[in-house]
Amino acid sequence: MPVTEQPAVRFWTKPLPLPHRRPRRSLLHREGVAGYLLLTPWLTGLAAITVLPVLYSLALSFTDYNVITGELDWIGLANYERMFTADPRYWRAVQVTVVFVAVSVPLKLIIAMAVAALLNGRRRGAGTLRALVYLPSLLGVSVALAITWRTMFDTGGAVNQVLGVFGVPDRSWATEPDTALFTLVLLAAWQFGGPMVIYLAAMGQIPADYAESARLDGASRWRILRSVTLPALSPVILLTVVMETIAAFQGFTAAFVFGDGGGGPGDATLTYTLYLYLRGFAGLEMGYASAMAWVFLVAVGALTGLIFWTSRWWVHYPGGRP
Amino acid sequence: MSVPAVAPPRTGRLARAAATIATVAVVLVLGYPLLWILASSLRAAGETATGLSLWPQEFTWSNYTAGWSGSNGVGFGRFFLNSTVVAVGAVVGNVVTCLLAAFAFARLRFPLRRFWYAVVIGTLLLPQHVLMVPQYMLFRELGWLNTPLPLIVPKLLATDSFFIFLIVQFLRSLPENYDEYARTDGASPLQLFRHVILPLSRPAITATAILTFIWTWNDFFPQLVYLPLVEDSTAPSGLHQYAIAGGLSAPGPMFAMSVLSLLPVLLFFVAFQRLLTTSTTTGRMAAHLPRPRGRR
Repeated sequence: MPVTEQPAVRFWTKPLPLPHRRPRRSLLHREGVAGYLLLTPWLTGLAAITVLPVLYSLALSFTDYNVITGELDWIGLANYERMFTADPRYWRAVQVTVVFVAVSVPLKLIIAMAVAALLNGRRRGAGTLRALVYLPSLLGVSVALAITWRTMFDTGGAVNQVLGVFGVPDRSWATEPDTALFTLVLLAAWQFGGPMVIYLAAMGQIPADYAESARLDGASRWRILRSVTLPALSPVILLTVVMETIAAFQGFTAAFVFGDGGGGPGDATLTYTLYLYLRGFAGLEMGYASAMAWVFLVAVGALTGLIFWTSRWWVHYPGGRP
Repeated sequence: MSVPAVAPPRTGRLARAAATIATVAVVLVLGYPLLWILASSLRAAGETATGLSLWPQEFTWSNYTAGWSGSNGVGFGRFFLNSTVVAVGAVVGNVVTCLLAAFAFARLRFPLRRFWYAVVIGTLLLPQHVLMVPQYMLFRELGWLNTPLPLIVPKLLATDSFFIFLIVQFLRSLPENYDEYARTDGASPLQLFRHVILPLSRPAITATAILTFIWTWNDFFPQLVYLPLVEDSTAPSGLHQYAIAGGLSAPGPMFAMSVLSLLPVLLFFVAFQRLLTTSTTTGRMAAHLPRPRGRR
């Protein structure tokens, strides 16, 4: 622990004020003043970079705005109407994103849990293994890894050579419409190290006597996992489900690289944020992109709320609900 | 590590063998692609670049010299310089402002503190892509396009709320009575910060700096939007342009530059992997949730 590294007496050596003299208290001695002073950068950023832009984009979503000419027409709900009724590519993007999130998040978290269980309690080489598992979650979001992944799944690539041994015909997994999204999902799942490290840390905090007493009561290993370990981990599982879901909804880099910046092949990797980019920044339809962003915000917010709402049935807090 | 969750069960030889095989499989699946890029970056041009092998028939550095000159007259040296400017700016911004805000949230009492902290958690869950369009228009209005400012100034305003959250979790683990002593001695909140909290915050500061550096270094979408010109590109977007401009037909230099673009992340990870994979960051994430009673 870092705390013990510091000698306990070194931290404050100013002499006590003499008793007959009241200490002079400047305005900065008041915690309220100091608190808000320290929060000034954050409050400024909250207003200027977060809240006002969000509201501005709501207003923008009711307009047709041309960035180049500066022309702005108020068109009411037309953007939303076009999005929902007259833009098949929009629904394609929704479909791609929903499939990506629904498959990649559970897959990633299940692998993370399984590997955490595998490494938990292991002594020899534990640190090295943990580091190796964590590394892909740092590197995997990069352009370099997306390019590598694409090449490895290409015709004649490493994946095809392994599958060829089992008689699977050579094909370009990353660039064929049927399998491109599947390749993206595998790249996401490969980065399971982030949640794995969290699970491992949480497993280390479950008191060993919980499982010990269950074992003495004759519980099987499966029963211990289901009735002791998983409930004890459930608050952390909630945390990772929420964070990973929100992150997966925003998947961009790999989809951009796989589809050559356009969502191809056949819009198979056209994720929501990629389509938003194409509309807003490549097509300069800022009003339409803002409408897309707001639907996205509401949808992700609703889903997050739903996950928190269901948590009352499956998340167990020690000593009852907080 | 503390006590293992489930005391190591007295497993049979079969179960232990299965666990070992599973561990080896995990290591293979995770390590292979990383070693494969490295091997591909060292292969001579004649060799099939997409093969399975991790051992080039002939080792050569020529891919690195060929790739370094970049494309469209802009070399990778420029891309790395651009990346460094953005990443260092982001690190300074995040460390300073997130630490100040986190100190206020964790150790000071002021009106609406709980409300504002709930806002921090709320922005943590806010998808950043929602903000791209209006922020782009704001920065365009300010004349900041094609400059690194849109990537640095928001960090100076503590908009990366994850790090406020991270440091708050860390500061809450420091004993409360340090503050009491300092207050009894007449210390102002700012002196408390300067002389008590700051010296103790080194692990949290390091974790914030390293993670900010790595994430900013890898970031692609904002860089793509705000720095679209080739000469302003950061390493990832420079690499992407290089791949489009013919890298796929000459894979050796492309993989050489891929390795270089990952190298800073890798070096920071190797230097600080213990900090990143143990208690300071991940443990705090887990620890913000209620723990079993009687254990700290």
